[in-house]
Amino acid sequence: MKNVLLPRSLADLWRDLENEPAATVYAGGTDLLVKMRGGAVNPSALICLERIEELQWVEEEGDFIRIGSCATHAQLLESSLVRQHLPILARALEVLGSPPIRNMGTIGGNLCTASPAGDTLPPLYALEAEVELCRQDGVRRMAVKDFLVGPGQTRLGPGEVLTAVWAPKADGYHLQHYEKVGQRNALACSIASLAALVCLSSAGLVEKVRLAWGSVGPTIVTCPAAEKALVGERLTLKTLQQAAALVRQTVSPISDVRADAAYRRALAGNLLLRLLAASR
Amino acid sequence: MLSFVLNGKDLKIDTPPDRRVVDLLREDLGLTGTKEGCGAGECGACTILVDGESRLACLMLSAQLEGRRVTTIEGLAQKTGDGLHPVQEAFVECGAVQCGFCSPGMVLSAVHLVHRNPDPTRADIRAGMSGNLCRCTGYVKIVDAVEAAARKMRHKSVTAAAEDAAP
Repeated sequence: MKNVLLPRSLADLWRDLENEPAATVYAGGTDLLVKMRGGAVNPSALICLERIEELQWVEEEGDFIRIGSCATHAQLLESSLVRQHLPILARALEVLGSPPIRNMGTIGGNLCTASPAGDTLPPLYALEAEVELCRQDGVRRMAVKDFLVGPGQTRLGPGEVLTAVWAPKADGYHLQHYEKVGQRNALACSIASLAALVCLSSAGLVEKVRLAWGSVGPTIVTCPAAEKALVGERLTLKTLQQAAALVRQTVSPISDVRADAAYRRALAGNLLLRLLAASR
Repeated sequence: MLSFVLNGKDLKIDTPPDRRVVDLLREDLGLTGTKEGCGAGECGACTILVDGESRLACLMLSAQLEGRRVTTIEGLAQKTGDGLHPVQEAFVECGAVQCGFCSPGMVLSAVHLVHRNPDPTRADIRAGMSGNLCRCTGYVKIVDAVEAAARKMRHKSVTAAAEDAAP
């Protein structure tokens, strides 16, 4: 039998971590409990963060939206701050898991699980968001792209807990797009996904673009060459096809039960062509 | 000692804190209406309501129920006091049940959905029920039933409001 602790404040959490330093910390449990049941992990004790109210707040902080790590996906979809300032994140949350999974899973959990298929990760990359990591004696901030090291691997240190995501408001981007391709429309783990933020000039030329792909590399993949190729251009089939060719050279997908590497490589490029329809 | 409200009644039970909620309900409390399909959050057969929200009993540990209000399929009818819940009535009337394994989870997901969106379109229903798999029906009659249930519940709330307003 494992002890399961439910701290109600950060002060409680630090005390619990002192008493159970080997405990595994979790929030929604939608990934951890699957791994525990499969025998992939067997923690000696568990600390569940779901009762810590201060980790669920969504607040406006200057040019950022600060999202508490234990806000559930459903809570974020209902947040007017997320809807207004981070539509790209809302698009990804709408297709994440299923309604009950969205009532349980959290943004902090999605980040700490660090699956290359995690649906919130490509938008957070494209937004250049940061994570806030806390330990009893201090706090640090780090770019999401530095936090995620590989499949299931992050820079979370011992005794450290992800407490918030700082996402810059995306108000300047006209086009905020997220699409994932899975084997079905609901409850799908992505075969490949693309988050795209595009700022267009009044003449319809690309001024700024941020692109991030999920499930086509050990972590989220970006392609500065494709972004560079699009700046100053119109979003036409020709310019997007040229950029898509660069994307297919950049991604490093694997073959697994969902799709093979060649399919994923083709798909990563094709997802970019959807910007043509999304921009109309 | 774990303490929570189960189907409207206070319950205190001595149970390991890391026992899965689906095992607590089925094995220890004999409430076998909550089904275990995949055990990994992909089928929705173990859907229950916790503080009115749909959650998966296979992905929760019993300690997480402390102080919560839990509704399983067994408690849904008694909540309304007079026979079946409107969603259950609609499932019967529309023939939305074949083997029945997914039905408890389907019904509870439908309750969650109609509670949040009293007038859902068929597309809203398909999206709202997308966490529950059915291998028999092809879903058409399930969508019919949720649509009919929403209509029943809107009618009920209009009637209740009219009765309240009557002198």
